[in-house]
Amino acid sequence: MSALLFRNATLIDPERGETKGDLLVRDGLIDGGAAGHAQVIDATGLYLAPGIVDLGVKVCEPGERHKESYRSAGQAAAAGGVTTIVTRPDTNPAIDTPEALEFAKKRGADARVRVAHIAALTKGREGREMAELGFLQDAGAVAYSDGDHVVTDTKILSRALTYAKSLGALVIGHPQDAGLSAGAAATSGPFASLKGLPGVSPMAERMGIDRDIALIEMTGVKYHFDQITTARALPALERAKANGFDVTAGVSIHHLTLNEFDVGDYRSFFKVKPPLRSEDDRRAVVEAVATGLIDIICSMHTPQDEESKRLPFEDAASGAIGLETLLPAALRLVHSGDLTLPQLFRALSLNPARRLGLPGGSLATGSPADLVLFDKDAPFVLDRFTLRSKSKNTPFDGARLQGRVKMTMIGGEIVYNGTENA
Amino acid sequence: MSFGHRHLLGIEPLSPSDITSILDLSDAYADRMKAGTPQPKALAGLTQINMFYENSTRTQASFELAGKRLGADVMNMSMSTSSIKKGETLVDTALTLNAMRPDLLVVRHGSSGAVNLLASKVNCAVLNAGDGRHEHPTQALLDALTIRRTKGRLHRLTVAICGDIAHSRVARSNILLLGRMENRVRLIAPPTLVPSGAADWGVEVYDDMAKGLEGADVVMMLRLQKERMDGGFIPSEREYFHRFGLDGEKLARAKPDVIVMHPGPMNRGVEIDGIVADDVTHSVIQEQVEMGVAVRMAAMDLLARNLQTRNDHGREVLV
Repeated sequence: MSALLFRNATLIDPERGETKGDLLVRDGLIDGGAAGHAQVIDATGLYLAPGIVDLGVKVCEPGERHKESYRSAGQAAAAGGVTTIVTRPDTNPAIDTPEALEFAKKRGADARVRVAHIAALTKGREGREMAELGFLQDAGAVAYSDGDHVVTDTKILSRALTYAKSLGALVIGHPQDAGLSAGAAATSGPFASLKGLPGVSPMAERMGIDRDIALIEMTGVKYHFDQITTARALPALERAKANGFDVTAGVSIHHLTLNEFDVGDYRSFFKVKPPLRSEDDRRAVVEAVATGLIDIICSMHTPQDEESKRLPFEDAASGAIGLETLLPAALRLVHSGDLTLPQLFRALSLNPARRLGLPGGSLATGSPADLVLFDKDAPFVLDRFTLRSKSKNTPFDGARLQGRVKMTMIGGEIVYNGTENA
Repeated sequence: MSFGHRHLLGIEPLSPSDITSILDLSDAYADRMKAGTPQPKALAGLTQINMFYENSTRTQASFELAGKRLGADVMNMSMSTSSIKKGETLVDTALTLNAMRPDLLVVRHGSSGAVNLLASKVNCAVLNAGDGRHEHPTQALLDALTIRRTKGRLHRLTVAICGDIAHSRVARSNILLLGRMENRVRLIAPPTLVPSGAADWGVEVYDDMAKGLEGADVVMMLRLQKERMDGGFIPSEREYFHRFGLDGEKLARAKPDVIVMHPGPMNRGVEIDGIVADDVTHSVIQEQVEMGVAVRMAAMDLLARNLQTRNDHGREVLV
């Protein structure tokens, strides 16, 4: 394989910070040696960072391929600078058997980016019996999760966590008290009340995290909270980390860049799970990403077709797509001065790769050349119909964003260079 | 008289002068109704469709009568037996009806925001006849008209709204309207029936009814839905009546010339004592019903005027 040299880029190394310089790629790896006869890519004025590892992407195969297939998700990911998608098991049927996982893996070959799979923790994600965790691990599952279904029976959950612990496996949970949050479409408060929407107290998230931390302490399992979105949940997370539990936390880009008021006049594209929070909560969570208390930023990519969104707000489906808008939306936090680029790519690339034991996430010599080259400042107005996902349910339709992906590379191969490629 | 809105979806987008415009025109219609003078056929040649996704007797009858008195062709769609049972979505139903070119669409729906969604898909004027727990603008306007005609003004009054605030669209629209017209609004309810964040709405919240009624000019009682009476939100019907039901003793804390209102239908012996409800020295409950027709005539008249000036779906102007 030939060598390729990115010349004169600003290199974003999540471990060592931001430097100006060149980066050599040889045989699919980042190479520390001399350039020699490398093909040169002029990256003047552009930024080069490890490709995004997006933890918790919903691809609707099996079950709802019209909403998103591995092919379309892969195209969206490549165009968004995402080099690895870690898919959720909340498909129909759920990925809860090795056979279902084999199917998803076969379909995943259609994607032009790397794919890793999360399997269900319990059968059918119903919280009654644990799934075949060992077989699923043998089949390649990188973590277990019931998605946004909370296992309410703590006896069953504690056994599943104990079993997962013996496999050394990572479990991903959705911190939310199921009773308090039942039927909610918004975060309770003056806005939800004025709009007449059923609300859930932000305290439901703290109750969820408190319960799960007790079970983590009890079982010693490796645990990741999919989304921490409220200020009140942060002290519990901080204590759990200080106590040395093997725990990490994520947050979706939507909770970092939008708040409850964005719902405005019942705009169902802003209906996500958990619901968008107050501006105070959003600020607190952004700060927690900056300090590293929250480890991972993800898109929580959830495709929904027009029919499931064109309903009264309470009845509309939850979720927003995000693969292609993750980077430009996250750059809002850089432009606003809340995060530096190395901080951002720790949360987007390095931390998720490390947590899941996946390649990538680093610019260190010998790492796979999973890279994103982008213009940090290029302004544009997003038109949702230009997005590559089959579903177009983005809350950023019509939004002014800054930051465009110029090239995405996986293992030294260019999978996106401003137009469809490879 | 200016009213620059295409739809009447809620009180929230209305300015004080919008509210005054509607009430002034309503007054004229109410006076003619009381005098038995014939009404102008302001809606002649226009088609009004009533779409009620939730059962309603009084509101639907009130809108129907208002339209007919002004000469509109009124059609009632009974949504509970129609194509929604066959799985048609709200938006598809709206598009189908829109293709039949109505001029006025009156909609009640069980989900907050459903009427806003529908209004964004049609060309005609849409009137919200109640959406979920969001708004019920014509109810707030008829309450305002009743207050203004009884008290002689609609500002600097102390108005106590009592009962199930959390689930009430009537309460939300009234809080918005009364606040906008610079009145002092008190909410009186058990804390389980006060919406979260209500204290930030510029109202005073009471869980002691006697204190909340102290010096009130107007008392608005809200209906407590049957399904909320037992255990979930309040301990029992009889405890609720004891603590939050309006009886003569509690009412004595209000001003001597206090008026008592209720949007109906009433649960006698739950939120209001029958004797108080029937006592015409204070109760204006029947007057509210009459004002409802006048307010709906005025609202549809104003929206129809905009329809004609804008002529926005190519209908020939018949003036």
